[in-house]
Amino acid sequence: MSSSILVGVYQPGETLLHRLPVGVKVLGLGAFSLTVVLVRDARASWVFLAVALAVALLARTRLAVLARATRVVLLFAAFVGALQWWLYGRDKAVETLVDLVALALAAVVVSATTPVNAMLDALVRWVRPLRRVGVDPDRVALTFALAIQSLPGTVALALETRDAARARGLGRHPRAYLTPFVIRVVARAHETGDALHARGIGDGDDQA
Amino acid sequence: MATIELDAAAVTVDVPDGERVILSPTTLTLTERRVGVVGANGSGKSTLARLLNGLVSPTAGRVLVDGLDVARRGSAVRRRVGFVFTDPAAQLVMPTCVEDVELSLRTRERDAGRRRELALAVLERFGLADHAHVSVHALSGGQKQLLALAGVLATDPSVLVADEPTTLLDLANTRRVAELLFGLEQQLVLVTHDLEQARRCDRVLVVDGARVVFDGEAAAAVDHYVASVTE
Amino acid sequence: MTMTDTPDTGTERRPRFSTTDLALVAAFAALTSACAYVGAVPVGGSGVPITLQSLAIMLGGCLLGPVRGFLAAALYLGLGAIGLPVFAEHSSGLGVFTGASAGYLWSFPVAAALAGFLVKYVAGRERKTRAVFVFLCSLAGSVLVIHPAGIAGMKLFFDVPWSDALAYDTPFWLGDVVKTTLVALIAAEVHRAFPQLLHPRR
Ligand SMILES: Nc1ncnc2c1ncn2[C@@H]1O[C@H](COP(=O)(O)OP(=O)(O)OP(=O)(O)O)[C@@H](O)[C@H]1O
Ligand SMILES: [Mg+2]
Repeated sequence: MSSSILVGVYQPGETLLHRLPVGVKVLGLGAFSLTVVLVRDARASWVFLAVALAVALLARTRLAVLARATRVVLLFAAFVGALQWWLYGRDKAVETLVDLVALALAAVVVSATTPVNAMLDALVRWVRPLRRVGVDPDRVALTFALAIQSLPGTVALALETRDAARARGLGRHPRAYLTPFVIRVVARAHETGDALHARGIGDGDDQA
Repeated sequence: MATIELDAAAVTVDVPDGERVILSPTTLTLTERRVGVVGANGSGKSTLARLLNGLVSPTAGRVLVDGLDVARRGSAVRRRVGFVFTDPAAQLVMPTCVEDVELSLRTRERDAGRRRELALAVLERFGLADHAHVSVHALSGGQKQLLALAGVLATDPSVLVADEPTTLLDLANTRRVAELLFGLEQQLVLVTHDLEQARRCDRVLVVDGARVVFDGEAAAAVDHYVASVTE
Repeated sequence: MTMTDTPDTGTERRPRFSTTDLALVAAFAALTSACAYVGAVPVGGSGVPITLQSLAIMLGGCLLGPVRGFLAAALYLGLGAIGLPVFAEHSSGLGVFTGASAGYLWSFPVAAALAGFLVKYVAGRERKTRAVFVFLCSLAGSVLVIHPAGIAGMKLFFDVPWSDALAYDTPFWLGDVVKTTLVALIAAEVHRAFPQLLHPRR
């Protein structure tokens, strides 16, 4: 279970969506999302949903992935939708729901057609102009890599610390396992910091 | 061999009720190819080892590697002195094996393609070529420690400091890592609780109560340490 | 702990963040991800299920201080943005940044920074180990940043009056008090274990 956190929703493929540059996809998604949120019109919402579905079809995104992406949205939307139905009537509630689903579908298509590494590379490219204000893109990339690398270990540590607390009969109170968990995370980070330092990685670019 | 000099180097830390000496002023010159460090838990071995590449700075005195002051020329020293820790999991910082080795090579080889080739060659040397693109989490404890060694030795340091590198390993992996360490060209400073390993060194320091209490030939040093525990 | 974190002095240029800083930022982003991933837990007798992600965000602020706390929260969002399933319910990707609860997410780095600032500079060295002070700092971050941002996000998204957006937000309040209490208890204990965490000697 603990390493499935690294999988994400990416599915390899050769469709047009897979081949588009990351930047184009992210900008496109941004523009689409903004339009959906700003245009208040019940008929337009259905058009947005149709567009999102068409893109998902084009990208051959698996149904299970689409369903998982919308499920989260639906949970929240059901609550808000019910409230809106009661306050403003059916039309408003339906519009909100359709908008939400369209947004979720469009976003999951981008994630399903872009590998994590490609996203990360793009992100590091985009922070490059910030070099002038003192942001080192290599260190940004390194910190991302550190976090990704430690994801499975941290999930495992969380579960392990919980079991250890249970074994000691410390009961179900989250504090009983969260404190030791956080302490172990901090201690591990210090070890990792030392190891990086020892490998000369903290030394900046003063190499001859 | 490199020359490591400790010139009245001492370490104290602030604790709530004042100061605590964790290494008393120590003066030594290490030029032997294999130097062992043994002693009880909490005696100050790791502190001594960490001084040698600037992970800990002396609060008094100086530490010099080939004449370079560790406190002032830290990054130059770290290019000469590699360091291996006890827990291999804490040292592996990148998602896959080859990326972890590449991280070490980053400052030495700017070109990504060449860097990948170099990293693969290093993995080959350590018998990890088959695991190049495997997640570091998928390795056994022994393989992890080999990979940590590969990451450190990739940049050809002239000294390797190893702080209990085999403490967490089983017998077979302990032997494997020890063979590798003792087969190295480089100067080795080895902190260990494994007396078999200590006996193979050219010179052994015994640390007790924050000071070096014995410094000499391996057999005599180990005997001194064993006697100090049994009395 | 930070004794081991000694940077070079004098002759060499020293980067703004030590490797330990980077490792801590990465560790708290991973910790937040793990909390969101492990999922909601029912707390004590109250029976309110709480998601732990905002708890982890505030812990990052209260333990690491404003700058590193901000960066850890931003990195967490970055991990989700590049497609890792680190948000609640194993969702991932860019969708959450434009979704109905986006206001909450966008506010995380600022909330961590505010709480971190208060713990580091207002509570100070002695009181950071006392849960009641940490509670107030963390509550400030939550009440002044996270909830207003979440409400603003929902107002914008659903195109409803403020009063309605506020109504959508209220169900989270009870859980939030429980979470803030946990943050305070845990942060105070961790500060006792690592007295130098907020004030690394460099
Ligand atoms: N930052 C610190 N603050 C307070 N005490 C410290 C600190 N770092 C180390 N010490 C203390 O210094 C002593 C020496 O520590 P060191 O890690 O060098 O021991 P060691 O010989 O390596 O032990 P082991 O065999 O258990 O690894 C220990 O008693 C330890 O508690
Ligand atoms: Mg030690």
